[in-house]
Amino acid sequence: MGVRQIGARVHRVEDDNLIRGEGKYLDDIQLPNMGYAAFLRSSMAHAKISITDTEAARTLDGVQAVFTYDTLPSSLVSKTQLETYPAPIIKQSMCPELLANDEVAHVGQAIAMVIANTRHVAEDACELIQVEYTPLTPVVDVIKAAKSDSQLTHSSLKDNIAASIETKFGDVETAFEECEDSIELSFKQHRGGCHSMECRGVLGDWQQQLGELTLYSSTQCPYLVRRMVSRQLGCPESSIRVIAPDVGGGFGPKAGYYPEEALIAIASKELRKPVKWTEDRREHFISTNQQRDQIWKLEVAFKKNGEITALKGHVTLDSGAFLNYGLLLSATTLMPLPGPYKIKNLHVTLDAVYTNTVSTSPVRGAGRPNAAYAMDRVIDAVARHLSIDPAEMRQINLVKNEDFPYQPGSKHRNGSMMTYDSGDYTGMLAMVKEMADYDGFRKEQQEARARGKYLGIGLACFIEDTGMGPYEGVNVRVDVTGNIIASTGATSQGQGHATVIAQVIAENLDIDISKIRVEAGDTGKFPHGIGAIGSRTGVNVGISANDAAIQVKNKALKLASILLEKPEDELELSDGAVRARSDSNQFITLADLALQLSPAVAGKLPEGFETAGLEAVSYQTTDYMPHSSGANIAKVEVDVVTGGIKILDYYVVHDCGRILNPMIVDGQIIGGVVHGIGNAMFEQMVYDDSGNPMTTNYGDYLLPLASEMPEIHVAHIETPSPANPMGLKGAGEGGTIPAIGAMINAIEDALTPFDAYIAKYPVTPEYILELVDGEKMAAE
Amino acid sequence: MKASAFSYHKPISLEDALSLLESEEEVKILAGGQSLMPMLNMRFVQPEAVIDVNEIEELATISFNDNVEIGALTRQKTLGTHSIIKQHLPIMQEALKWVGHFQTQSRGTIGGSLCHLDPASELPMIALLYDAELEVASKSATRIIPMKEWALAYMMPSIAPEELLTKILIKPWGMPYGYGFQEFARRHGDFAIAAVGCLLKLQDGVISEIAISIGGVEDVPRRFIECEDVLRGSKYDIEEVKKQIIGPLDQINYIDDSLVTGSYRQKLLKGLLVRSIEQAASRANSL
Repeated sequence: MGVRQIGARVHRVEDDNLIRGEGKYLDDIQLPNMGYAAFLRSSMAHAKISITDTEAARTLDGVQAVFTYDTLPSSLVSKTQLETYPAPIIKQSMCPELLANDEVAHVGQAIAMVIANTRHVAEDACELIQVEYTPLTPVVDVIKAAKSDSQLTHSSLKDNIAASIETKFGDVETAFEECEDSIELSFKQHRGGCHSMECRGVLGDWQQQLGELTLYSSTQCPYLVRRMVSRQLGCPESSIRVIAPDVGGGFGPKAGYYPEEALIAIASKELRKPVKWTEDRREHFISTNQQRDQIWKLEVAFKKNGEITALKGHVTLDSGAFLNYGLLLSATTLMPLPGPYKIKNLHVTLDAVYTNTVSTSPVRGAGRPNAAYAMDRVIDAVARHLSIDPAEMRQINLVKNEDFPYQPGSKHRNGSMMTYDSGDYTGMLAMVKEMADYDGFRKEQQEARARGKYLGIGLACFIEDTGMGPYEGVNVRVDVTGNIIASTGATSQGQGHATVIAQVIAENLDIDISKIRVEAGDTGKFPHGIGAIGSRTGVNVGISANDAAIQVKNKALKLASILLEKPEDELELSDGAVRARSDSNQFITLADLALQLSPAVAGKLPEGFETAGLEAVSYQTTDYMPHSSGANIAKVEVDVVTGGIKILDYYVVHDCGRILNPMIVDGQIIGGVVHGIGNAMFEQMVYDDSGNPMTTNYGDYLLPLASEMPEIHVAHIETPSPANPMGLKGAGEGGTIPAIGAMINAIEDALTPFDAYIAKYPVTPEYILELVDGEKMAAE
Repeated sequence: MKASAFSYHKPISLEDALSLLESEEEVKILAGGQSLMPMLNMRFVQPEAVIDVNEIEELATISFNDNVEIGALTRQKTLGTHSIIKQHLPIMQEALKWVGHFQTQSRGTIGGSLCHLDPASELPMIALLYDAELEVASKSATRIIPMKEWALAYMMPSIAPEELLTKILIKPWGMPYGYGFQEFARRHGDFAIAAVGCLLKLQDGVISEIAISIGGVEDVPRRFIECEDVLRGSKYDIEEVKKQIIGPLDQINYIDDSLVTGSYRQKLLKGLLVRSIEQAASRANSL
């Protein structure tokens, strides 16, 4: 057998093109005779609108068409965006009209679409469209919006509550009655937006003679886009091919279905020519989904020894203006509670509330970072109340190794009991403490305080449900050239999926990775797919690629056995050929085997073969969701003169089961931690009281920069998941989920001499000085 | 985010540039482009003509002759490494560490920084500290504008539409003196929330001469005369300084917006002012 592939630090096959600038992203695609789209978007957060003149735009030199609600084709199934994830529990569902009819509900909502010879002219024309706004009261603050007497975010609503959900198990009331002590805490969480390097973009190419649409979209979920555009336009799915070309990051908000995807399809079909729209950065801030605010109020019951017995509370979640991604953000906020900690009685409710701001949907980790943050803040708050060290407090409450498989009591979205499959939570805590020299740092901290320096250390432990099924299929085919073609429904936004799929196949077929071509992100190349969300691709694709490769291997051995007249157990697959174990010069190549199974050559299939081609498809499914886990430590220094925070070091111990490619996992973890640090300290989407977005460029909206990032030390343990045959667990979000909690706990720890309680994040230097000056702030 | 239509000119001599400035209407000068290009693309400015001065080599010189003379097209990166600047204006190099990022410094120019006149811009603060003189030229005349008369209002320098900033003349302080530059932004290279530059001379423990400039806190960067006046002639004692500066700090009209409040800017400026004076005094003492 050749070199071991699975688990090796294999260099990414994608990078050669990408780092040379030879990737092909949406905006790189140029088709002949292509029109360029630009959108006129609402400048008010809430208003009745009337479009009084489009003539000047229509007649501007270079303009091909102007679309408004009234001029959208009547053949559409609906002029309102169809619900992506409808659910009975949604009390009031609001999706936007593809182009606003008579009311707008957030700054940035699309009102008109112009198609022109160039994007410049299309933008010129947008400025010529006359819209009369009659202002309605905007509702921006989610707590105010949640009140029963609030102004309405849409005229058609009864109140602003989109849905109310809960997670509940055990006997919370009794636990609180019988508890030895309890505390309350509240905090505001704010996570930013997507901010992938590549904004969204759509290119429609309607072929009139075929009655077919090819739709390119910078999406995480091309199959979802195909389904929704098909339903919206009333065209069969088979007439629509959606291609996600190279995609420059997704992070969640590109997983949905957006009005622009339908609108560009409509424009291409109506004009019978290709039409491209590339979202610009300002549009990204005002029209791509974000995650934003959650306001948490919790009560915790515990014993004097630190053991937490019950947790109850309420979450108010900002849904933004529409619910175009269902309740996935709400569900993933509650479902992970109580994380890696054993709390037997729990009841937390959540209201998803409309506001006149950009819609929200999951960003890397979805609600999981919020839930993890809540738990790690609870742990630190109780530790402080009881004067127990935060590390000891975690040790007391973590799920122990003998508890696996552990059922905390919560349920998955599909109703099944959440089950933590495997892990070593206390072992990881001990390991990360060791890495960070936790005890040594506590001494250093004391000495520094004496010199007027404020050092802090913060801990966070987390679990992540990953690898959500039902499947992500893979077809493995040996080409008559001897190359392997793997096609899959999984879609990459830069994660290195092609490398990992190739590794799995290369190991099974003992073939060089350079001979494996991975085709993905194209509904025309593979029939079914879901998409890159929820740390699921490695698990789902890994096990399907493995299974399909094994099937191909078995088929190759079976045919070679006939052709070489040797029993299968005397044959082996190595270096692109099936060889006799006794005589490696007696062989038949995979290419020849593929040729024998191709219809043009064989005339008929060999005896005992039911399917043509040296290929196999697999849709492996997992028994239940594998749970990744980890323990993190952040070290910071706070400057109490400026409010500045210097991150000194960051430590991660992570468990994503059996690792397919450590280099790729490390990249995911480090990038994820940076994302979490961004949430904790920098990223903030600010609206004024009138619902005007105040942060629509990267001068005002602060992404984490390399200059502020610490050394991120990553270590792994591997507890294989029993939930799937390869022992895999997901890794895409495990860096982000605990990082906010570790950071805020560290900053608060540094401010211990000021008795500070951090009630919101991102923490600004201004907020730090308020805490230092003792200005008490409650969560809003 | 595509610019509205404009005519583009790229003169290769100062004379041609000044002729174009005379003949074209609604002109924007393109130097390093680090502020202008995004403003064009976001349509915050919609000029009829853009005159690109990047090929005018005579504007990109540094020399010393009593004054440090800096051509307006000199790149920030050149200033940050040039031996004349290092010798005569070390505080400028210290301030440049806070200006954007090395990528933007490779393009950004001193003339661009002075004409754009962002409230938080460091190079105008340095020019203010030294009472620099700015040479501006038009087709018909060349004149000198004192730096203290340069800023008319928020991002509005006192330069006529047909004029081009050509040169910055700075007279260095004679030794011995100390300097300090302090700035705070949430990320390295961001616009300062507050910034302070300070030059001072100590004579027998007394502050005999002092210049302070502040940025980021008001509509324009400016000299902090009120503060200089209370400190000049007083004995240097940092605990005393902390008390002396309270009055002047209260007189500032702090920017108060949806992202940063005025009260935080005041707290921050106080801290940075103390640190910059301490830094300057310590350097003055070590000479």
